[in-house]
Amino acid sequence: MSRGGTHCALPLQRQVNPVVGRPSGHRRPPTGRGAAGVRRTGRPGRRPARLVSAVAAAAALLLTGCGPDYVVLHPVGPVAKSELHVVEMAAVPMAAVFLFVVALFFIAVFRFRDRPGNTAPYTPEWEGSRRLEVVWFAIPILIVGFIAVPTVRTTFALDRLPPARDPLMIDVTSLDWKWLFQYPSARIATVDYLKVPTGRPLLFELTADSPMNTFWIPQLGGMEYTMPGRVLPLWLQVDRPGIYWGRSGNFSGVGFAQMQFRLQAVSPAAFTAWVAGVRGTDPPMSPADYRELLKPAVVGDQTYAGYPAGSFPAQTHGFTLTGGMYTYPQTA
Amino acid sequence: MSLLGQLFPSSVLRPMELGSDGLIVLTVAGLLFVLTRYRKWGWLWREWITTVDHKKIGVMYLVASLVMLFRGGVDALLLRTQLAAPNSTFLGPEHYDEIFTTHGTIMVFFMAMPLMFALYNAVIPLMIGARDVAFPRLNAISFWVFAFAAILFNISFVIGGSPDAGWTAYAPLTELTFNPGVGENYYLLALLISGIGTLASGINFVATILGMRARGMTLMRMPLFVWSALVSSALILFAFPALTVALGLTMLDRLFGSSFFTIAHGGMPMMYVNLFWIWGHPEVYLLVLPAFGIFSEVVATFSRKRLFGYASMVGSLLAITLLSFGVWVHHFFTMGAGAAVNAFFGVSTMLIAIPTGVKIFNWIMTMWGGRVRMTVAMLWQMAFIPVFVLGGATGVLLAVVPGDYQFHNSYFMVAHFHTMLIGGVVFGFLSGLYYWWPKMFGYMLDERQGRWAFWLYFIGFWVTFVPQYLLGLEGMTRRMYTYSAGFGWTTLNQISTLGAFIMGAGFLVLVFNIVYSMLHGERDLTGDPWDGRTLEWSLPSPAPEYNFACLPTVAERDTWWEAKREGGAVAARLRAGDIGPIVMPKPTAVPFFIGLGFFVAGAGMVFSWWVVAAVGFAGVLALLVAGWFDYRDHEELSRDVVLRAEAAAGRVQA
Amino acid sequence: MNASLEAGQSGRVPLEFSDHHGALSILGFWLFLASDVVLFSCLFAVYASYGMRTAGGPTPMQLFHYGPALAETLLLLCSSFACGLCVYQLRRRSTNGTTAWLAVTMLLGLGFVAMEAHEFASYVASGATWHKSAFLSAFFTLVGTHGLHVSFGLLWAASLLVQLRRHGLNAVSARKLYVFSLYWHFLDIIWVFIFSAVYLVGRIS
Repeated sequence: MSRGGTHCALPLQRQVNPVVGRPSGHRRPPTGRGAAGVRRTGRPGRRPARLVSAVAAAAALLLTGCGPDYVVLHPVGPVAKSELHVVEMAAVPMAAVFLFVVALFFIAVFRFRDRPGNTAPYTPEWEGSRRLEVVWFAIPILIVGFIAVPTVRTTFALDRLPPARDPLMIDVTSLDWKWLFQYPSARIATVDYLKVPTGRPLLFELTADSPMNTFWIPQLGGMEYTMPGRVLPLWLQVDRPGIYWGRSGNFSGVGFAQMQFRLQAVSPAAFTAWVAGVRGTDPPMSPADYRELLKPAVVGDQTYAGYPAGSFPAQTHGFTLTGGMYTYPQTA
Repeated sequence: MSLLGQLFPSSVLRPMELGSDGLIVLTVAGLLFVLTRYRKWGWLWREWITTVDHKKIGVMYLVASLVMLFRGGVDALLLRTQLAAPNSTFLGPEHYDEIFTTHGTIMVFFMAMPLMFALYNAVIPLMIGARDVAFPRLNAISFWVFAFAAILFNISFVIGGSPDAGWTAYAPLTELTFNPGVGENYYLLALLISGIGTLASGINFVATILGMRARGMTLMRMPLFVWSALVSSALILFAFPALTVALGLTMLDRLFGSSFFTIAHGGMPMMYVNLFWIWGHPEVYLLVLPAFGIFSEVVATFSRKRLFGYASMVGSLLAITLLSFGVWVHHFFTMGAGAAVNAFFGVSTMLIAIPTGVKIFNWIMTMWGGRVRMTVAMLWQMAFIPVFVLGGATGVLLAVVPGDYQFHNSYFMVAHFHTMLIGGVVFGFLSGLYYWWPKMFGYMLDERQGRWAFWLYFIGFWVTFVPQYLLGLEGMTRRMYTYSAGFGWTTLNQISTLGAFIMGAGFLVLVFNIVYSMLHGERDLTGDPWDGRTLEWSLPSPAPEYNFACLPTVAERDTWWEAKREGGAVAARLRAGDIGPIVMPKPTAVPFFIGLGFFVAGAGMVFSWWVVAAVGFAGVLALLVAGWFDYRDHEELSRDVVLRAEAAAGRVQA
Repeated sequence: MNASLEAGQSGRVPLEFSDHHGALSILGFWLFLASDVVLFSCLFAVYASYGMRTAGGPTPMQLFHYGPALAETLLLLCSSFACGLCVYQLRRRSTNGTTAWLAVTMLLGLGFVAMEAHEFASYVASGATWHKSAFLSAFFTLVGTHGLHVSFGLLWAASLLVQLRRHGLNAVSARKLYVFSLYWHFLDIIWVFIFSAVYLVGRIS
């Protein structure tokens, strides 16, 4: 890991935060826990190679798509992997269409340029050909069909947790401008960082006590909105230990750029030990602490053993991942 | 809060804003001086402010649109400058948020829309053989309402403070709890007011095209640009009310204390998102369909060949129009709609690729067997094809629902919609501008400079947006005012910024091209400099105020092309006996004052000065009612006047 | 369209369609109505989504006064009928008949607006302001938007009365009257939907 540690550190809030002040740091986790910078898996970065490739812009995706910074192309869990897989399935025919159309276009332009001595046939009255038009109605229909089938299949597949697995439930609340994570089974809470076990499905329940954000950890898989008054489900899983960053994709005000967090994946045993450690050493979150979190500000990592009842919409616990629009509970 | 504090909060007292104040004052003073010094006030009033001539209204739309393109472009360059380095402090987060909000809002509502209306006004009546639009006064009202709304929006950054919740303005971020300043009020009022003008234009052009076509011009003989204007105007009718409701309810929440999108009292922010995109998706099609229409005209003219597959071109326009109302959820697959809904909207979105693909093939086939002339108008059309295919391909990737979970709101998506809106809409409208410029103004735009502008803009486009696709794959999300070095985003952001400045240089060359050609450009004495195919080229450039001395009769598509083949050079000549008196709409200052009334009302509402708002609305209402009693809004141009004018242009047979 | 216009010279086409510009204006107004349908559809959709979101405030069942709502319905339906008779008189080219029925249309419409204003005032007086819940916001906005349309129509009708006195019946005033009648019937239809979707549905749910 040539670029690990502080060099590619994530925590924006400690580097640039001219805005919303209030560096909190109250109840930093003990050293060595969560304080490390982001570590991406994969090969070490090759900056000169990236520079060259970025100049050759279109080729960059193909040539250095394997560069470690391309987090979307480096999934570490089944959800992100199948999302990437469908995109690849669609990208191949799309690339073929692009090349075919551009080639046809260049042939047309060069062959039929208006210059003296061009001997290509000139047919000003030719205004249609049923046969040709049928062909290019058919080509897009076939391609769309080819892409639509895996799209629909994966869309439904990802909407359900893998059967017969015991997911770890994590309640996520986006606040102005911080992420609150609650572990209902262990009754512990963290702010701006997460620790999870590898190899186990993670069932996130997402809501907001603030304007909307989206919850996104690119290497684990896709984004879902956090909205006030609604709880949305999202399941992800991480298969390799490491630290992965996540952030919001929906603008939520001046502190939006700092809506970032880290997810640290550790072995199940290490996770259990961490939970026990938190429950043993960290204080519970008081209602006053929660009110403090509601105030618009950027804060650092925080860890709590326990949190006030009702700080997450309780009635939604345990719903199944079957989607369904507008089915969230009435707000009183 | 004191009045001064309300008008000039700290956000408008930053150096950049104060500098703009100075520039605005200087510009206005300069304009006032020139108008007074050269005694141009009467000319301005008679020829422009009170005009109801669609051609002049088109010119005014064009000027407004180019000014707005400048403002929106400067915004873009400021954003890109801020992002050129990690942890940059060039703009603070508040400043950045304001600028990306105004960039998006201005480009969509005050640049692209008026540019579209500029071209409609400039050529639609000419292309269908009509003397004016269906409702000339309403047309002037549309323009002045738009113009004053644009002014209202644009003064926000120097008086009161800019909106800062993004051009999409998702609730509840726009609610008073989270956004107490007047900036969002500006956004809401300016867009609500300009929406009135847009709706009126939509009605006007549908009625014009359905009701005022020349004898013999059946629907299936209309030029493709007219078709695209028809469906795009129809889209306005059916889409804009949803925006009016979305913005109107937000305004009621902010100004009158209702509870639509609030977090408390049972409000539902997601309702806003639905309403916004029920309008928003048709909106992008109503912008890009006219560009499709322009390409169809340009490619046929400059290939000297009939458009390939006319019927399927029309059919695909209609298909895209209908589909555009069935795809809005793809803007928020990630809002928990559930697999069934997402799958439906994913597939419906992909279906749009089918009619669009057909159009692309038909354009290429139009060149096939033709003689392709590489004019600047044609260059923009040719640049459009690869760019739009790239945008369409990435659009399909975004429609792949699981893929969208990874792309949503990332720079991949930002790059995608800029590809579509620049590659589709801007390239299209610029193509149309170079194509119809001689018809609008009577002189040609210099082709050599036009090529420079084109190549700079085209290369700049790729350099700007390809890195942004890659940044999306690196996980950069939109609207971040800064990022830290550790993500590895720096190089790509720098390249993108470089590209933006190349595009900016392209814009400057374009402006220079216009100014230079105005002074030195070749006059178009023929009225038909491109060897055109449709009726507007049968008229002198610029067209006389009554357009057609005799209303033409149409027997086929490409009617002017056919007429030239049969009649040679004298195809445009009229028989003196066919010319008669012409009824023309009378100039009026009412539209200008209706716009002004809306401006006063809007400004009053922005600052909650209810008396001012009431005065503004009362003024608008009074002008409307007065208009109801005006039964003499037309006057007659005598036969002699018309005959003399036509004879002077050498258009009357001996 | 041209053929029908030529037929107009022989008197078979109604006055309001007798010149091309008049016919075009009527087409334009239909287009406006199409777009207004979308506006009301959006407001109906908002109301339908918000109907249950009473946030502890009154529910539709508790809020609505059915007597006044029914009376408003009758007034507006009768007004629409009177408007139909007004156009009938227009077709008979009777200036006096047209004027009289237009006045009746207006009076009934005025009664509707007055009753609705009173209904709203009583709700607000009972503490049901639109700030209180999303449901109330949606209710006042949907019904109030219709009420504003009707009020604007009254102003319009008043100006038509003056125009009829001043100009009598001609192609222009006939067209204006006809367009007004389209608007008035349209508002009637919208009200039928409001009565069904708001008041009746509120009764059963």
